[in-house]
Amino acid sequence: MEYFSIFVKGIFVENMIFAYFLGMCSYLAVSKTVKTANGLGLAVIFVLGITVPINYLLENYVLQEGALAWLDPDFATVDLSFLSYIMFIAVIASMVQLVEMIVEKFAPALYGALGIFLPLIAVNCSILGGALFMQERQYPSIGEATIFGLGSGVGWWLAIVAIAAIREKIRYSNVPAPLQGLGITYIITGLMGIAFMSFMGIEI
Amino acid sequence: MKALHKLIESVKPHFEEGGKLSKFWVVFDSLETFTFTPGHVTKSGSHIRDGIDLKRTMFTVIVALIPALLFGTWNIGDQYFASIGQDADLLEKMFVGAIKVIPLIVVSYGVGLGIEFYFAAKRGHGINEGFLVSGMLIPLIMPVDVPLWMVAVAVAFAVIIGKEVFGGTGMNIVNVALTSRAFLFFAYPKQMSGEIWIHDVASSKGADLLVDGHTGATALGHLAGTVGKVIDTPAVQGIMGMFADGGMFSLHNCIIGNIPGSIGETSVIAILIGAVILIATGIGSLRIMASFLVGGLFMGFLFNLMGMNAFMTLAPLHQIVIGGFMFGMVFMATDPVTAASTNTGKIIYGFLGGFLSIMIRVFNPAYPEGVMMAVLFMNVMAPMIDHYVLQANINRRQKRLQNI
Repeated sequence: MEYFSIFVKGIFVENMIFAYFLGMCSYLAVSKTVKTANGLGLAVIFVLGITVPINYLLENYVLQEGALAWLDPDFATVDLSFLSYIMFIAVIASMVQLVEMIVEKFAPALYGALGIFLPLIAVNCSILGGALFMQERQYPSIGEATIFGLGSGVGWWLAIVAIAAIREKIRYSNVPAPLQGLGITYIITGLMGIAFMSFMGIEI
Repeated sequence: MKALHKLIESVKPHFEEGGKLSKFWVVFDSLETFTFTPGHVTKSGSHIRDGIDLKRTMFTVIVALIPALLFGTWNIGDQYFASIGQDADLLEKMFVGAIKVIPLIVVSYGVGLGIEFYFAAKRGHGINEGFLVSGMLIPLIMPVDVPLWMVAVAVAFAVIIGKEVFGGTGMNIVNVALTSRAFLFFAYPKQMSGEIWIHDVASSKGADLLVDGHTGATALGHLAGTVGKVIDTPAVQGIMGMFADGGMFSLHNCIIGNIPGSIGETSVIAILIGAVILIATGIGSLRIMASFLVGGLFMGFLFNLMGMNAFMTLAPLHQIVIGGFMFGMVFMATDPVTAASTNTGKIIYGFLGGFLSIMIRVFNPAYPEGVMMAVLFMNVMAPMIDHYVLQANINRRQKRLQNI
């Protein structure tokens, strides 16, 4: 039940896009067609699902104050948490490299469609955001941290696929010229944000 | 009729190309086509020969809304006189209701159509009749004592941001009427909750006229008060007593509709008359309505099984007759523009909509109007549902092709 609650919260209540507006750049840029949006969304799920637990281990066995005590009792006072940003980013960047290689090997068409935005997942705010939320919320076990990572990833995937479907649908709409492209996408995002507000404040 | 036709024909040259008033051609054109069947026909492209057009579709929905509108008007008066403990006859009740409803309708149509006309003239497309329905729906989902300027702001927001920026009628992604309601709900939360559901209830309370039991809260407002409390306490039992037979919100009263609530949403019977009209004429989708209903009942049943608080123990049938569930099901979820358009998609869309409506209202006591939020959420998800339904169809056919 605890896992289920964290998962659902990550998707709907604390959606990375509509509750925190994290990862907006790739969300806006790669949402032109459902196919590429789906690919990028899956990549984000994968990266979040892997980096959050790895960073969790890093946080709990290296970075936190006293986390190094398992190495030597003398280290019990060492606090490396000032390094957490750098360490998290390093883990994320290496994981993204891995994803890039996998996508290039197995889905070259998707690799071409995602273009620069695939390596840019490394600096996607929602990925670092996932790691930092994990650090801030102090999940009691690695299982919960993993579920949180996957839930946030699925929430991000849902957001980008939904807006990509809407953008495919409004392709034939008579949008005023100044608003075409990004302008209307911002407005759609705002309207979707209103719809997602229905979940805000739900306690599960 | 003939005189009107003559009048229109006589002023027509002024509006045509080169006339003095040719700037206002779109306005004239829309009024002409609204009053009489236009003489011109589609010029290019493939088209279907059919008596139905946008105007007739919209008009049918308006007709379907009339029972709810009339009942709502009467109910405002009924609630008002009941809350101050006076007897009144039908005419007096209708009079009190009309004083509240007519300004709402005038403001809604005035602001909405004004913006619509402006955009049509500015952008050179014809005036669509899309707003005729939205403009009627908006007053029906408002609380009785909502200030008129707020309605005006909400309508302006919904028509501009919800519709015109997408290019007008038929291109919006979220329901216009619900956008205006959600805008009010989030922009003026203080004014949109509390003592606005019965006409003048605040001043009646000030003058000490209020009859016991009339607090001006809706059924959902009362029920939201039970969330997070132990079932057996007297306070919660008192609230649940209102929902038992003979109480203010008994199943009987909720179906008839003489309970406080938004103007058009209270009477299940009036709404179902509208539903029959919509389904019989083929304008409302039976698929969406039926699956929405099933989704709501299913979630109500699930909550019965869980039974964690008093709200969850309410019978599924009772759950769907309170609040805006029925109104949302018949008039909001079926909006053909924003709903899913594939047949399978409609069923998924409706079921999830009903499911979420009940879920949000129980899980999120801050938003008792779960239906509004659920339909908005499903509007946003509808294109995605359609996309995957189509994709599944393509995949299935491709597989079949390979098997030959």
